[in-house]
Amino acid sequence: MAEKIIEIQHVSKSFDGKRVLEDINLYIKKGEFLTLLGPSGCGKTTLLRMIAGFLAPDEGAILLDGKEMGDLPPHQRPLNTVFQRYALFPHLDVYDNIAFGLKLKKVPVDEIDRRVRRVLKLVAMSDYEDRDVETLSGGQQQRIAIARAIVNQPKVLLLDEPLAALDLKMRKDMQIELKEMHRKLGITFIYVTHDQEEALTLSDTIVVMNEGRIQQIGTPTDIYNEPVNCFVADFIGESNILKGRMIRDRRVAFIKHQFDCVDEGFGEDVPVDVVVRPEDIYFTTDPQKCQFKAKVNTCTFKGVHYEMWVDTDTGYELMIQDYDPYPVGSEVMLYIDPDDIQVMKKERTANVLEGKVTGDGKVELLGGEFPCDTSAYEVGDEVRVEIPFGGVELLDNREEGILSGEVHFILYMGDHYHLTIKTDDGDFLWVDTTDIWDKGDLVGITAAEKDIRILGRL
Amino acid sequence: MKRSSWAIPYALFLVVFVLLPLILVVVYAFQDSMGRFTLGNITKFFTDRDTLSTFAVSLEVALENTLLCILLGYPAAWILANRKLNRSAVTIVLFILPMWVNALMRTLATAELFNMLGVTLGKGTLLFGMVYDYLPFMIYPIYNILDKMDKSYAEAAADLGARPGTVFWKVTVPLSMPGVASGVLMVFMPTVSTFAISEFLTNNKIKLFGTIIQENINSSMWNYGAALALVMLVIIGLSSLLSGGEKEEMQGGLI
Repeated sequence: MAEKIIEIQHVSKSFDGKRVLEDINLYIKKGEFLTLLGPSGCGKTTLLRMIAGFLAPDEGAILLDGKEMGDLPPHQRPLNTVFQRYALFPHLDVYDNIAFGLKLKKVPVDEIDRRVRRVLKLVAMSDYEDRDVETLSGGQQQRIAIARAIVNQPKVLLLDEPLAALDLKMRKDMQIELKEMHRKLGITFIYVTHDQEEALTLSDTIVVMNEGRIQQIGTPTDIYNEPVNCFVADFIGESNILKGRMIRDRRVAFIKHQFDCVDEGFGEDVPVDVVVRPEDIYFTTDPQKCQFKAKVNTCTFKGVHYEMWVDTDTGYELMIQDYDPYPVGSEVMLYIDPDDIQVMKKERTANVLEGKVTGDGKVELLGGEFPCDTSAYEVGDEVRVEIPFGGVELLDNREEGILSGEVHFILYMGDHYHLTIKTDDGDFLWVDTTDIWDKGDLVGITAAEKDIRILGRL
Repeated sequence: MKRSSWAIPYALFLVVFVLLPLILVVVYAFQDSMGRFTLGNITKFFTDRDTLSTFAVSLEVALENTLLCILLGYPAAWILANRKLNRSAVTIVLFILPMWVNALMRTLATAELFNMLGVTLGKGTLLFGMVYDYLPFMIYPIYNILDKMDKSYAEAAADLGARPGTVFWKVTVPLSMPGVASGVLMVFMPTVSTFAISEFLTNNKIKLFGTIIQENINSSMWNYGAALALVMLVIIGLSSLLSGGEKEEMQGGLI
């Protein structure tokens, strides 16, 4: 195995009391193309800036070649960064921009000249050395920014969403070129992006991040085929995410049907989440192969394939991608290969909260007073409380709720939505509902007495 | 009413208060006291040793004032724009606050202060007054450009191996030159033409170009006064053009 060039050990970081990175552990192998992937605000850029030295971790250590970098300022780190908006110096021409780092290191003039010309050739920008950087197109500026970084022969190249400002066609072309450059240079690349397709195309290893935590580390195929949780499954590619039940090893039930699968070790009769990629549900005309029937609801041409939404005979909606279209309204027979069913352990099966009995029939949870049967407990008791996902009610009017918050994350589960609600205090609640909400909607939160159950004293 | 007719009041204003006076200045400058056409007023300026030396002194004082304003104003602007050193907007207001007081009052008060302290009025007090009056005009444009400057430039320089000092001289300073240029424009030419400060802070021991124009006008030598004002105008126009051209290159400035 290749040696580790960068190691990140137990790194945490807060801004103004808000935790943006939580106990990050990660190593990057020499020569690897590693991508930090996640939605905006997941902490990926913060992590990159810490590696570059622009930010210091609150806790933990970042090691380069086995040595802790500590407070080493950016100018002493043998790393270079390609910035999101390129940050080319507008007062210098292309040549002087690229030569900036070499001149500071007092590299002899003729060597600077040779190296600048070599990287210009590498990024296909020869003959541009006298140009003003502001006269270059976005894509050209991007190339110069990469040239300016790699001319210093860094041990690690850090790239902060370098293609985000380019249009789709150019982005695709640059992806191929970046991959090619990585192969030629043999430098370790750490790449930050929110674009899952880009990450799948470019990376040797993908680190999926969300809410300041690493969700999954793996190769693109691992991450795509075997997501560890609903977040990863939803974030990477299209997927049908469904509630399921593991009946026994290699047998799982979902959409009210039973399927063979390849997963083992979950136990018997255990609730799980199931992911099926839309291209892994197959049409058949053979009644022997058919596992369940459905009716085609919509059919949209997407270029390479058709995207169809079908209603199953058991009342679930599934997305299917196929090269052949099936007419809307037609009855179809479907099957799924055991290999293509990804079973995931449920992260939680209900909201479990810590609270305090504040009065007869009242319990305080997350700063709000909820009605509850407290007959077996006394005022002041600290208790653990369970509210099922379906027991939390969301209200349009945030003043009418016992708590208020906003819709933070939405997952469609085939026949209902599974929402993550972030309360105003930053706590999380999970809700199952058939109502349609949008991400960012402000909501009031309540729960009925019958749905709040005290599990016991703390 | 057509939209373009809204411009009429402004056009009228421009004609009456800008164009007409300018034409009058030009007309007066090329007339003798009898109203006949002459180039005498202009040639007089270029041959009169007194006026020329006053002009030279004015330029020198303006140059010194501008340099002092940059030396004092740039660090001040840098500190104000640095979020680590300056966390409140109040400090910026404090720097701008003196501008809210009438310039004449400030100058008179400064003169009184020097008298009280027994400081002899002269070149030193003149420069003090000038810097005191014009410093905010230098600080503000520089502060503005430093404040808005994308900090990723400085980060990129550090990333490429520049120490904090090198970052400042190789990136921050060159990129803030447009701010310095507009600061220079707002300090240099007004200093050449001012007369109040030199009158009060040197008791007219040092005469500036503005003083001479004022004296000529006051003693009813309208034509010569107008010619001097015209010379002044041409110089301002030229220097504006010059710094405008430099700005496009984002380098250098007026000095």
